[in-house]
Amino acid sequence: MNREKDMMEVPEGRGFVQTMDRRDFLKLTGSGLLVLCSVDPLLGQSAPVAATQRGATDFNSFLHIGADGRVTCLVGKVELGQGVMTSLPQLAAEELGVSLASVDIVMGDTDLCPTDRGTFGSLSIRMLGPTLRAAAAEARAVLVQMAAEQLKLPITDLEVRNGVVSSKSAPSKHISYGELTAGKRIERRLDGQAVLKKVGAFTIMGQSAPRRDALEKVTGKAKYAGDIAPSGALYACILRPPSHGAKLLRADTSSAEALPGVRVVRDGELIAVLHPHRDEATRALALIKAMYSPSPSRLTHETIFEHLKKVAPEARATGSRGSLADGEKAAAQIVEQTYLKGYVAHAPIETHSAIAMVEQGKVTVWAGTQTPFPLKTQIARALNIAPEKVRVITPYVGGGFGGKSASMQGIEAARLAMATGKPVRVVWSREEEFFFDTFDPAAVIQIRAGLDAAKRIVFWDNTIIGAGERGSALFYDVPNHRTAVRGGWNGNPADMHPFAVGPWRAPGANANVFARESHMDVLAAKAGMDPVEFRLRNLTDARMRRVLEAAAKNFGWSPKPAPSGRGFGVACGDDAGTYVATMAEVKVDKSTGKIQVVRVLCAQDMGIVVNPEGAAQQMEGCITMGLGYTLSEEVQFKDGVVLDTNFGTYDLPRFSGVPRIETVILDSPDLAPQGGGEPAIVTTGAVLANAVFDAVGARVVQLPMTPARVKSAMKG
Amino acid sequence: MRVISFSLNGVDRKLTVDETRTLLWVLRDDLGLTGTKFGCGESVCGACTVLLNNEAVRACATPMSAVEGKRVVTIEGLAHDEHLHPVQEAFVKHLGFQCGFCTSGMIMGAHALLLKNPKPTRSQIINEMEPHLCRCGAHVRIVQAIESASAVIAGGAR
Repeated sequence: MNREKDMMEVPEGRGFVQTMDRRDFLKLTGSGLLVLCSVDPLLGQSAPVAATQRGATDFNSFLHIGADGRVTCLVGKVELGQGVMTSLPQLAAEELGVSLASVDIVMGDTDLCPTDRGTFGSLSIRMLGPTLRAAAAEARAVLVQMAAEQLKLPITDLEVRNGVVSSKSAPSKHISYGELTAGKRIERRLDGQAVLKKVGAFTIMGQSAPRRDALEKVTGKAKYAGDIAPSGALYACILRPPSHGAKLLRADTSSAEALPGVRVVRDGELIAVLHPHRDEATRALALIKAMYSPSPSRLTHETIFEHLKKVAPEARATGSRGSLADGEKAAAQIVEQTYLKGYVAHAPIETHSAIAMVEQGKVTVWAGTQTPFPLKTQIARALNIAPEKVRVITPYVGGGFGGKSASMQGIEAARLAMATGKPVRVVWSREEEFFFDTFDPAAVIQIRAGLDAAKRIVFWDNTIIGAGERGSALFYDVPNHRTAVRGGWNGNPADMHPFAVGPWRAPGANANVFARESHMDVLAAKAGMDPVEFRLRNLTDARMRRVLEAAAKNFGWSPKPAPSGRGFGVACGDDAGTYVATMAEVKVDKSTGKIQVVRVLCAQDMGIVVNPEGAAQQMEGCITMGLGYTLSEEVQFKDGVVLDTNFGTYDLPRFSGVPRIETVILDSPDLAPQGGGEPAIVTTGAVLANAVFDAVGARVVQLPMTPARVKSAMKG
Repeated sequence: MRVISFSLNGVDRKLTVDETRTLLWVLRDDLGLTGTKFGCGESVCGACTVLLNNEAVRACATPMSAVEGKRVVTIEGLAHDEHLHPVQEAFVKHLGFQCGFCTSGMIMGAHALLLKNPKPTRSQIINEMEPHLCRCGAHVRIVQAIESASAVIAGGAR
């Protein structure tokens, strides 16, 4: 392969060390300080617990400090745009006492990085963060100890600044990390004893570090899986069924094969045409004459809800307290409502892409994936080879949102590379992306709840079909409640959904929070109370009260029962350890039913904030992306055919629909860093539904709130 | 196959290609310019936006025959001598991106707008950028970046 062409031009301290291979890595880590961590096999999540015994050559490490003083973090996480390439080095630099610029990061490379389940669930900072910090703190302790011995000074007299350990009493006595580690090989395993810095001592965490990916991304130099170009690579276009459930009966590939330069591969069900040029491979694919059996599915995006009610698995209770019967007896008013949400696509702008090559029996796959380690296992299984014969490398990923937790394209590329002996590239078309997406499942959520004479909630009975339990837990004070869950984004019976479903940014929580927070407003209206006052009356959770009050203050909320005509909405949510309260102002065109969102304010308590600007970007992204599932996005399908094949019919949020967005991040120094990638998206559905009710007095109970649904709700 | 002559990022090129192939794949596969992205293939996402004689076009819907004798500028041709173009600088400053996959197209679209209208109003910016999709939700910052670039360009600073 052409190594020159593959080389990523990344200045030190800025991005991936992408082309490093195992040999280079051993050279790099042959001396210096290596902090190893163990992997909890059950969680698959690296954790700072006593290390399982590893050989000296096992570089399943987190952190390396070289003789040149440069620090390399090795993490199985990937950069999807969420910014962890920038924030994870902040954690390491802070605990180590080195400058941010001296820290490099290697991400998502299965040969170099510690095993990791995947980049999802807002876990990178929340779950990996403590481990990385512990590894850095451990390294610092070791280095300070070595410095004490070398300088013959007590540890208490030493301080660390920019990778230099010096004496507080005699500052001329100092030694750098590089000098301490030069020519030595030191290995340490984490034992969980490392002492982390206190918030007040932070100099790097809590500051907005410049994004490491900025320069590459604005110059077109950033490499994504489809941009990796080994010489002699072929594009593969794969024959796809017209509908889900259709079976291939026969395929005549002769016309395609007759085109110059085209190669056809048949590997069981997999039929692909290959050509060095993408557009020529696409043309050849169109020449294949294929016959399929029809799909057995007769479902549509309109009939799906009745179907789900029928076929969803038996309810399992995920939360209960008190007695619903006692609650009903105490209730003066009872309201019951069913909330619906359709299937939603992930629709990252980068379609699923991968390139695979085989060299001396080793398969290397560059993939746009959220799960490089599981993908490695899947490829090994598909090719029937040992896992150590597979390496997955994850360059920049052009958006994931949960959709690249499934990475079938990586397996396809690997199979075709094996079959042809050439590097093979698979870049899904937009139609393939819509067809094979693991959609956010459609959901039917029923809530029956009652108020006593004091306008306190006395019972809450919630049945969730399709969405799973995430986001359904009650932080309000409800003495009697029950939550029953029938199916989620995984573990469903085969006939439940007509196509694949999977995790979608805060999986299930968007539907559940839409239902709960809509219902809170329905109850508030029944009680004749302002929606914020009604929530506070039923809320003793101090953390949520603080977030809600911060939102109200910054938004300029004044109490008024809805519908007030102002078009103001509120919704609260908790996700990934973070609390959010969102407020919005909308205008509704009564003649067309079109909603224009004027402004959205989101207040968030996410614990200690590592990179405030990065956190704000995630909140803005959540709110903007949330406009889609709330207002316009719904996958249309019929008889196993996904009718949306491109953005012409499937409407993502666009510039004209994006409101003024304000973000408020609460100071929360006593809580470890919590999730940031998902929480602020969960409230969008309800905050806008509640604002529409406040504007026009119509309750929309189905997402997305299309103009037709708003008009229909206005007619009552 | 025919010979197509055009200017690419200021350099004259002659390519022998099937003229029905699209500029997008010729840029990416034949010329190694992978900054121009494939997002939809149907001119409905804007990720492949490049300049053709200073007009923004979608490279995925531009056959090579349409390139003959024209000037093509891609994201790789925007920075000069290691100096970022003001639009690129503004995208860095305002963080007008997250995953970065739509970014080349966004920057080229914004650049084309500012070439013909150096001082666009906010609604003109929104109107021009409306066909460009960003799934990460960087819209607010992209608009800020374009306004900031406009101020720099219209102010004559560089």
